[in-house]
Amino acid sequence: MIEVRNLTKNFNGLTAVDHVSFDVKKGEVFGLLGPNGAGKTTTIRMLSTLTRPTEGKATVGGHDIVKDDNEVRKLIGLVSEKIIMYDRLTAKENLWFFGRLYNIPKEVLDKSIDELLALVQLSDWKDSQVGTFSSGMRQRMNVIRALLNMPEVLFLDEPTLGLDPQSSVEVREFVRKINRENKTTIIITTHMMIEADMLCDRIGIIDHGKIVALDTSTNLKKLVSGADTTILGLEIANLTTNMIASIQSLKCVNSLSQDNSTHIKVHANGDETFDTIIDAIRAEKGKINSVENLEPTLEDVFLHITGREVRDNADQKIPLREHRHFMPRRRVR
Amino acid sequence: MVAWKDLMELFRNKLGLIMLVLMPIFMMSMVGFIYPSDTSISVSVALVNEDEGYSNYTSASATFIMALEKLNNSTGMMAITDASSLDEVRDMIQRGDVEGGIVIASNFTSSLMSGKQGTITIVTDQSNPQMSTLLQTALKEVFEQMGTWLAQQNVQGLSPAVNASNSLAIVKPYSVQTEGAVPGHFSYFDFIAPGIMAMTVMMSVMTGLPAAVSHEREVGTLDGMMVAPINRLAIILGKTLAQTARGLLQGTLILILAVALFGVTIHGSILLVFALLLLGVFSFVGLGVVITSFAKDQETAMMLMMTLMFPMMFLSGVFFPIQQMPWYMQGVSKFLPLTYASTALRKVMVLGADIPAITTELTILIVFGIVMTAVALPVFKRAMTR
Repeated sequence: MIEVRNLTKNFNGLTAVDHVSFDVKKGEVFGLLGPNGAGKTTTIRMLSTLTRPTEGKATVGGHDIVKDDNEVRKLIGLVSEKIIMYDRLTAKENLWFFGRLYNIPKEVLDKSIDELLALVQLSDWKDSQVGTFSSGMRQRMNVIRALLNMPEVLFLDEPTLGLDPQSSVEVREFVRKINRENKTTIIITTHMMIEADMLCDRIGIIDHGKIVALDTSTNLKKLVSGADTTILGLEIANLTTNMIASIQSLKCVNSLSQDNSTHIKVHANGDETFDTIIDAIRAEKGKINSVENLEPTLEDVFLHITGREVRDNADQKIPLREHRHFMPRRRVR
Repeated sequence: MVAWKDLMELFRNKLGLIMLVLMPIFMMSMVGFIYPSDTSISVSVALVNEDEGYSNYTSASATFIMALEKLNNSTGMMAITDASSLDEVRDMIQRGDVEGGIVIASNFTSSLMSGKQGTITIVTDQSNPQMSTLLQTALKEVFEQMGTWLAQQNVQGLSPAVNASNSLAIVKPYSVQTEGAVPGHFSYFDFIAPGIMAMTVMMSVMTGLPAAVSHEREVGTLDGMMVAPINRLAIILGKTLAQTARGLLQGTLILILAVALFGVTIHGSILLVFALLLLGVFSFVGLGVVITSFAKDQETAMMLMMTLMFPMMFLSGVFFPIQQMPWYMQGVSKFLPLTYASTALRKVMVLGADIPAITTELTILIVFGIVMTAVALPVFKRAMTR
């Protein structure tokens, strides 16, 4: 469905996307996972014809994204990071407007608007202005807007950014449903590991504009556990810094991270690591409340591949532009 | 479709709509009332008659005052107060009680009777140059009439062949009368209304277009349109249509206001007025699109527009006649399309001109529009596919 070959984008000498290549099969959910600024959005914008690539080429449904951009546009739907809705128009008017842009016949459009609104439980709100909606409702509107033209390929750019957990779950379930029922090919970007893990058939991990790993979630995790790594989650009632230091000094321990005052997570290599670690804690008179043998998460995969942690606290982008409003206005005389 | 959406948005914006109506009202009343039109004001003047007469004969100063009052009654230009001395007049001016004074010298009648010139002093308030100019002009006219009248008397006394009817022709052989090209009374509003109309309509395209597009770009909704399989030009065309409608609405409002509130009369055809406004819009669309393409965010768009708007406002003869400007400024104004739009509109509205009379302006506007559009389209296409 989608073929990407050496796609590159430079912004004033800065390479946002660096010779990226991948394929997406029809009906697949493909995830682009990476921290903010890794080049996910730029990749999506290029594939949805909003930005021209500097180098390389890509096709969507067999159409070149530069030469046949209008053909590509007919096939795709885009859910961007920003809500593409006019606050002063009602839910129905918004959908009507965007639907008409795709030249959908009036009767068909009328029907599909009603269906889509019902699908996301917004039928009661169809005559309310979108500006009055909560962010969860707006995001649901944003998603169904992209579905008006029955796209074969749906691009979702951080669809759960800034949503509360419940709304996030709703959006994710909806995305799965679309994929299952309409056989829509979906490309989703996210910086959240859980999201990618839950939704995607295959995941491309992107960092600094390059795809550093591309496989199914299970296979990506095997990259970590295949190297006979054990990940232990330990809850120790009387955790001390001495205890942590003595665990870290063990030969088999790769890394250790502390979650809170009693909980630690240990990555270790080799045989009999379990006993070694438990012994070390006992030696420091630690009281172990619980021990978990953890499955590697995509978090661990990212760490394993890039050697860095995903900056997961960057859930919302820092609103730099807003700062200007606080500056005192100069008085014009 | 885009136009429909934009207009819907506009009508939903209650405050914006109110501002849309209020703006032209403010504009008109502000500029209309700041500049004095000659008839609407009255200058308060203190009159001091120090004339001691000439052997109990004070008629010369009395005649002068009579002439002054007669002129004043017909024009209502002055409010005359009596004062006792020059010093008192100065005091009154300083206190702001009066704006000027007339002092008739003590030897006024005696000088006249003895064949000398009579002296009248005009005291002016230098802190208000406009008023003092006005006062001087008014009083000069009185003196002129007085002088003529006296001369007439003298001439009649000199020669018996001269009688009352032809004495005026001997003293003042020329009579100058002013008449406008179109009959009727004109005020500053007549001058300014066409200019403001032209300005509002064209500015709404030039500023409204970049503001609307850059706003949508920032909010992200522009992507929604860009990702749809429609022509890029359809987007800008729809936006232009909406802005034009908005501009014309405002223009019509100004027209109604000007006629209803400020007594402006339209001498040309209303249809031609609207046709001119539309042509003006056409010539400005290109410029608007170019700004749109260059401005990446709303703030930049605003700055760009302001820089272009202010010189346009003041140099295009909307508020001040171009002929009053120094030559280099006149040169600049020749390059501004608004100059031609407002001139043409003024000719039609005030002078009742028809199409042949404004061919030059029309040609310039059309050429400017075509050139700007030709420049704008490729620039816009490139900007949209970054």
